Amino acid sequence: MIEFRLPSLGSDMDQGKLVEWRIRPGQAVRKGDVVAVVDTSKAAVDVEIWADGTVHRLLAEIGQTLPVGSVMATLLAPGESAPDECAAMPAQPPPVVPAPASAVAVAVATVVAAVPATRAAAPASGATRPRVTPAARRRAAERGVALDGLPGSGPDGAVTLADVERALPRPGVAPAPAVSTAATTATTATPAGRAVEMRRAIAAAMTRSKREIPHYQLAESVPMRAALDWMREANATRPVTERLLPAVLLLKAVALAAREVPEVNGRFIDGGFQPAPAVHVGVAISLRTGGLVAPALHDVADKPLDLLMRELGDLVRRARTGSLRSSEMSDPTITVTNLGDQGVEAVFGVIYPPQVALVGFGRVTERAWVEGGQVTVMPVLTASLAADHRVSDGHRGALFLARLREWLQQPQRLQGSPHERS
Amino acid sequence: MNEAEIRAGVIEVLLTIAPEVEADELVAGQSLRDQVDLDSMDWLHVIVGLHERFGVDIPETDYARLATLDDIVAYLAARVR
Repeated sequence: MIEFRLPSLGSDMDQGKLVEWRIRPGQAVRKGDVVAVVDTSKAAVDVEIWADGTVHRLLAEIGQTLPVGSVMATLLAPGESAPDECAAMPAQPPPVVPAPASAVAVAVATVVAAVPATRAAAPASGATRPRVTPAARRRAAERGVALDGLPGSGPDGAVTLADVERALPRPGVAPAPAVSTAATTATTATPAGRAVEMRRAIAAAMTRSKREIPHYQLAESVPMRAALDWMREANATRPVTERLLPAVLLLKAVALAAREVPEVNGRFIDGGFQPAPAVHVGVAISLRTGGLVAPALHDVADKPLDLLMRELGDLVRRARTGSLRSSEMSDPTITVTNLGDQGVEAVFGVIYPPQVALVGFGRVTERAWVEGGQVTVMPVLTASLAADHRVSDGHRGALFLARLREWLQQPQRLQGSPHERS
Repeated sequence: MNEAEIRAGVIEVLLTIAPEVEADELVAGQSLRDQVDLDSMDWLHVIVGLHERFGVDIPETDYARLATLDDIVAYLAARVR
């Protein structure tokens, strides 16, 4: 039996509300299928399943708020047959109770009812052990926060990441009262409530970043004539639906440079750096209603520009209509933010934990540029890197920016996948 | 297609990209990107939307001539039958 748990939705999301099931008991599913829709403070997220199998039982109820890591459904592995229901389960399916808090209790009761009779003497509700989300448990362990007695604001009193953050000692500041977020789970229904929730989620992630990550910041001027000329020429012969944007060249160059300097690509988890084999670039996308999301474009280093352009357009559209996939929320290994359209020249980025680097691009400006002893007018882009000193030093960061600059001088080499190139 | 129909169509396309826009409040002779928050991806989607709506393929080199709503309407009016 496979327990399907709510997967991670990014480091600042530790719960989600089940909006819709896309599967029924008895249905066969494949890894990567969308099985449910969960609402978070940032977007409605299509939750993908991570295993092949046949749906056995749906445990989570529509409308229920679930901490990341909670069991949503059970599946039979390929070849596995359904267990003898009569012996292990109550004869009647558990009653459907509309109130979310009760629904959690029902799900818990169902699980408890399924354990062998020898353990039936254990407290039936599981109430003696506090429910804690995985992110909250990890954070508490990192900072030595005692979970016993910590008030939980999550569903069924579960202790969430926000509860642990509140309990952290802050120098010179009295501990905040723990009651302030009683309304957090109820506010996402309205657009204004979602905006408040999103601001809170961004604040939590950025506070963690500024507190934990020893940032260093580097910047480099990148001459863009070759890249922009190449793109202008390419676009002149393309129909409007297949035109490229400079952003897609920048994303590809970042991915190729990150592959060459792997210290900027990965995650810092449990006190250590885990470099990532693939480069999934988180693209910071501002939302029209305020706030931002940075979902992943997958395997950017391996994809040709045309495919990346289509995927980027699709990602932006879905980010703004609020339909992202769970893998896009949790997968980024490095983030790119492009503020050039807003007209700033340079970005001093804040890393999105648990990633270890953020690349920022400003506006392309025409500058006097000395080349071969001559002054010319050059379109110039300022590329910046914010990186994590726990993983790399300025020397490696500088090498990354130098490689990025170099890739952008050879736009024709950015076009194809590396395997096609020769 | 007369100019009023083209103008209505342009605004319709714009609203699919930037649904927060109040069409009545747009100043037709003022820079569109000063009034509406359009990044380069949004702008490309506007151009694609105009192409789908009016069958006019606007080359990149003409973008600079499309600063205001009036500019866009005049540009399309000269090319739409």
